[in-house]
Amino acid sequence: MNTIPIPKDIPLPMPAPEPILIAVLVFFFLMHIVFVNFMVGGSLLTLYYEIKGLKNKAYDRLAYTLASTITVNKSIAVVLGVGPLLAINTLYTVYFYSANALTGDFWIAVIPLVITAFLLTYAHKYLWHRMERVKGLHIALSAMAGLLFLFIPLIFLTNINLMLFPDKWTAIQGFWDALFNVGNVFPRYFHFLAACFALTGLFMVWMFKRMDAEEIKELGFERGELIRKGYRWAFWPTLAQFLFGPIVLLSLPEVPQHIGKVYGFIGFGAVTAILMTFLMMIELRRPPEVIGRSLKTIAVLMCIVILFMGSGRHLYREAAVADHRKLVAEKTEQYMEQVREAQKNAPKEEE
Amino acid sequence: MDFPIFHLDLMGNRALIAIIAVLHVIINHGLAVGMMPLIAAMEWYGHKKKDPRWDKLAYNILFVCFIITTTVGALTGVGIWFSASLINPYGIASLIRVFFWGWFIEWLVFITEVCLILAYYLTWKKWKDGKQKTNHIKLGFALGIFSWITMAIIVSILGFMMDPGNWLTHHSLWNGFTNPIYLPQLGFRTPLALAQAGVIAMFLCLFFTKRGDAFRNDALRALGLWSLGFAPFVMLGGYWYYSVVPDSMQENLSVSLLTLQFTEWHDKLLHIMLATVAIILVVVQVAIFRPNLLPKWVLIIPLLAIVWTTGHFERVREFIRKPYIIGRYMYANGMRVEDYPLLQRDGILAHATYSHPLTEAEKTLSEEEKKTPEGRPLTQEEITALFEQLQDGKNVFMNACSRCHTGHGVNSVNGHFKRMLGDGKWDKEVMTGYMEGMHAQPFMPPFPGNKKELDALADYLLHLRDNTAPVTGAQKSGVEVNQRKPEPVDDAEETK
Repeated sequence: MNTIPIPKDIPLPMPAPEPILIAVLVFFFLMHIVFVNFMVGGSLLTLYYEIKGLKNKAYDRLAYTLASTITVNKSIAVVLGVGPLLAINTLYTVYFYSANALTGDFWIAVIPLVITAFLLTYAHKYLWHRMERVKGLHIALSAMAGLLFLFIPLIFLTNINLMLFPDKWTAIQGFWDALFNVGNVFPRYFHFLAACFALTGLFMVWMFKRMDAEEIKELGFERGELIRKGYRWAFWPTLAQFLFGPIVLLSLPEVPQHIGKVYGFIGFGAVTAILMTFLMMIELRRPPEVIGRSLKTIAVLMCIVILFMGSGRHLYREAAVADHRKLVAEKTEQYMEQVREAQKNAPKEEE
Repeated sequence: MDFPIFHLDLMGNRALIAIIAVLHVIINHGLAVGMMPLIAAMEWYGHKKKDPRWDKLAYNILFVCFIITTTVGALTGVGIWFSASLINPYGIASLIRVFFWGWFIEWLVFITEVCLILAYYLTWKKWKDGKQKTNHIKLGFALGIFSWITMAIIVSILGFMMDPGNWLTHHSLWNGFTNPIYLPQLGFRTPLALAQAGVIAMFLCLFFTKRGDAFRNDALRALGLWSLGFAPFVMLGGYWYYSVVPDSMQENLSVSLLTLQFTEWHDKLLHIMLATVAIILVVVQVAIFRPNLLPKWVLIIPLLAIVWTTGHFERVREFIRKPYIIGRYMYANGMRVEDYPLLQRDGILAHATYSHPLTEAEKTLSEEEKKTPEGRPLTQEEITALFEQLQDGKNVFMNACSRCHTGHGVNSVNGHFKRMLGDGKWDKEVMTGYMEGMHAQPFMPPFPGNKKELDALADYLLHLRDNTAPVTGAQKSGVEVNQRKPEPVDDAEETK
């Protein structure tokens, strides 16, 4: 009994050449995910520093500074996500929508969950000073937002994993089943979380490098110290990626097509990441007066890493669905042929 | 539909889209498209009159709009896509194939809009004097313009869904974009959004000004005049919209049925517009002439009127589009008009990729079902055959009915048949006869399958009469590959 579904596609032409749609998908998705990284990482670091701030007020101020950035980053993250969503809807209609439907209740729950997380983030930021006397409750707001930000990516990862494996569509029942039993959601999840910390660390370096001396003074830290903190958040998780990365790669389910190019792209990204990590280490050892000098180079290297990792990911996606796509296209063509034939032979309705 | 089918059997699938979409429209119209120019105008007026109270009020209202639009507003916009992809993937996917570049440009404008609202809000207290203030006010008006452009693009897609116009013969984006309903609908929604913003601002004004403060009266009067100023344009735009919809759609449906349908719709729209305008006028008149007499709770009335009428207007707009999801191209069940001859000949299931398995609860048989009409208990083979028939029935229901109907929840098939046939025994022939001719009602599409499927559906609906377990969608009970193959066409049957 055949258990791999071969559905029909939408019988309308693609609105643009495929390479353009792929460029929109990959490029804008990477932009989107960078701001998602800032948002999730920023939220978790805010929570960490606010708890630390219970003993040392300077950390509380640092937490507040970080909290102020989350609300901006989250707005940009959401708006940048729309373009890639449009592109994935267009390019992978059959695959994406099937995965959405099979995990439907959790997929639609993304909307209220994100709204709740955002409202909690706003409340946390704008009630910071008013809730000084109920610090525990205030931290709880941040913790709830953080938990939501930790859970929501699992829904996305489950969907984009599930869409690649039509042979699993008939085997799963609901979101939890797909989360635990399809593809490599958890290795990718930890890879994503490490990236959140690393990118937020670099964001901190950028922010504290350009911050007014007056504002830095109010925080109660030296500029060099703050930049170093940022680099620490960037360095250690990046180092951890050298463990998570290979786990993700090795745990990728086998796909019908050869994935040599995927290894090539990811390998190039990994080599660039080694250079970048090395440069971060050099920065960490620099004295406070000159720390942060290599930020631009590190940022450029990070962009290259992200671009190659994202492109590698796309090539894997293509390798996973290419053969199935041909079958879908054939079936759609056959079906349309039958539609035309049935129309031709249909008895004319009386006017 | 050739996707695993998501289904909500309690609230219904339409309600999911409706809740998200209506919330989005209220926020988009009232707090973004209409409100941003109003806030910029208040800021400009305060700057011109050197009256910081206007500035403060505008800032406070902007804060509320900023929080709501960047959370609930933005996410419900994404939510419309999410819900549409679950409820009618064929519909939304087809729209995306047609309007990709429209949506893409709208997205670029949306990015600009979000950047502008962030800049507008976050620089309010920094750019407070001289040239900087002037630039800040310009920023506010620019934000208003970009908010409007996003609406102007999306309204085209809404118009297209009602009447694709020339697109049906020439599948191009431009033909789709310039559909006959586009400009009239935009002409209606634009002043509506501006008037709505005035009413919402009046309500918010009460929270940011003190009772007895002369400024509260000035502000209420000015905001009242703002709403009042746009009211005639709402009427004119509404009339334009009202006049264009029936004409363009009359081409599609038989005249006698259509007349009934559209008379009802015309009346409803007219009543809605009149009621809204009347309520707004009364409250606004009081706000203008006796603002000190206005207690807080009175201003909640026009606010609720706006929420209700927006919801109702969108519901009516969705309803009159029926039986289509894309006018004359695709029925509300996600099947294309041109697919019908094939599906009615071979059956829907012959071309369906998926089967939506019955759960154990759905398989529970009533005592009556376990026996033959003569009263003999069914043999194992007969029970297996019955389950196969029910499985086919469920699959037909999922494909043909479930986008609009539930089994037992809102707008349920069970409820409809109970109303028609009562609580006693239902006659299967009456049911099949009804379903065969149900498209006599202009909002129902014709039954898409063949006779065998009609029979299976009737058996399934009879089963649902006693089995009240929720009809499960793909998100709960998963899917199987449908193993049916198209049966050879019976020439005699076809000719019949």
